Amino acid sequence: MISFDNVSKRYPGGHDGISNITLEIDPGEMVFLTGHSGAGKSTMLRLIALLERSTGGQLRVGGRNLTRLKRSQIPFHRREVGMIFQDHRLLSDRTVFDNVAMPLIVAGLGHNEVSRRVRAALDKVGLLKRERAYPITLSGGEQQRVGIARAVVSRPPVVLADEPTGNLDSELSQEIMTLFESFNQVGVTLLIATHDLGLVRRLGRRTLLLSNGKLIQDNRAVYADA
Amino acid sequence: MRESSPRKSSARVSSRRQINLKIWLTRHLQVALSSLGRVVRAPFSSLMTICVIGIALALPAGLHLMLDNVQVLSGSWDGAASISIYMEERVSDEQTAELAKRLQLESGISGASVVTRQQALREFRELSGFSEVLSTLEENPLPAVIVVKPDDALSDPQQAQALADKLTAMEGVDFAQLDLQWVTRFHAITEIADRFVWVVASLLGLAVILIIVNTIRLEIQNRHAEIEISKLIGATDSFIRRPFLYSGAWYGLFGGLISWLLVTLSLRLLDAPVARLAGLYQSDFILSGMDFSTFSLLIGCGSLLGLAGSWIAVGRHLHSIEPS
Repeated sequence: MISFDNVSKRYPGGHDGISNITLEIDPGEMVFLTGHSGAGKSTMLRLIALLERSTGGQLRVGGRNLTRLKRSQIPFHRREVGMIFQDHRLLSDRTVFDNVAMPLIVAGLGHNEVSRRVRAALDKVGLLKRERAYPITLSGGEQQRVGIARAVVSRPPVVLADEPTGNLDSELSQEIMTLFESFNQVGVTLLIATHDLGLVRRLGRRTLLLSNGKLIQDNRAVYADA
Repeated sequence: MRESSPRKSSARVSSRRQINLKIWLTRHLQVALSSLGRVVRAPFSSLMTICVIGIALALPAGLHLMLDNVQVLSGSWDGAASISIYMEERVSDEQTAELAKRLQLESGISGASVVTRQQALREFRELSGFSEVLSTLEENPLPAVIVVKPDDALSDPQQAQALADKLTAMEGVDFAQLDLQWVTRFHAITEIADRFVWVVASLLGLAVILIIVNTIRLEIQNRHAEIEISKLIGATDSFIRRPFLYSGAWYGLFGGLISWLLVTLSLRLLDAPVARLAGLYQSDFILSGMDFSTFSLLIGCGSLLGLAGSWIAVGRHLHSIEPS
């Protein structure tokens, strides 16, 4: 689903975001990405969502070669990659419903289809009753769940999460992870950057360890429950 | 069965196309209305922009209207232009009358009247006050004159001049003179004024574009977060551009309406003094207001300028916002 072939990202000024990373993530995998801050976790996610372009190697997502993708094609690629951020990135002047509806409106869906799918996504994250609320009135955990609903509402095959539990206590973090596992069960490929190692260990999934922009460990997890 | 299936599928495709078109139109309508809502929801700052645009548009529109009115006036003077044909002395009154009759039938001439040498002398005597000097003359020094009225179709002074030249070349004619030479000059002046209005209109049109560029630029800055997130979730450039283009068009359209209001009010203020002046000249001339086509032109120009301005602003500033 996601394949890095010797991918590097060098920033102007000579700093390496990541260097010579080669790895393969299969469809339907749920993978954690760990490492110290500045190790290149975010850079990897940003390259997959084409927020940045790689400076070397070949990067493919869902059969699409991102290195050759034209600028005008980027929006259509992003529609197939849901992104979740530590700071949620919600629009404060729009209701929960309107925030979640954005990807569908951008994709040009009809009104009825939009409401149906938004309600389904909000129901999934347990916020159906708060659809008329504004993000500012929600708790941090709730805001993060709105962000997750927005990322999955258009049913993208790939979902990326950058420190999704960074600001949450362990109980809320566990809730979010349970949510991710339920998406994974319906076939969504997930790549989650986090440095909550306790959580990662508990879930027993494949874990990539980055250090100074290099992939230094790729633990193909033994599925605890398999 | 075999025949019906492709037909069915093509019907399905066309109905899907119809649905897509419907969604597309609905979206445009929604974006247009939400842009309108944004303009209305910030009434003070919007009104400032709209009024500035209105004033900028009102000036050329008002000048254009004035010029139109002046041209209507000059049109009525054109009708008074006539050609005097001075006959050679050897031509008799009968021959002159004959020529006048023939001229009446010519195309481009609506009437020809004869002033015989006797009549001319009488008139001159009465009007000039030289009657005693004239009576000492043995011979009448004045030529016979045919006054020719050109057709209404011949309102162009150049054509009238050509007619005069043609008449000069006729047998028995000394020379033909186009009266009211100032009509030609007046036309030249209105042509300059016309050009001037265009120059003013272009400059102020440019000003309108700059105003809109600035307004939309501010709007883009205010909606920075929204643009960034839209790009993040896969909005195309045209999707992001659309609301700003509509905003620009709305500003231009409302600016056009304001300018129409300003021009109409100004005309109202001028109505009474103009009527008084016209009365002094025994004319029933009244200022004509803006007709519907000029009105639509004004509104259309406003909207187009708005669209152009927002297009420039969006083109310059949208690419600089990238999600991080």
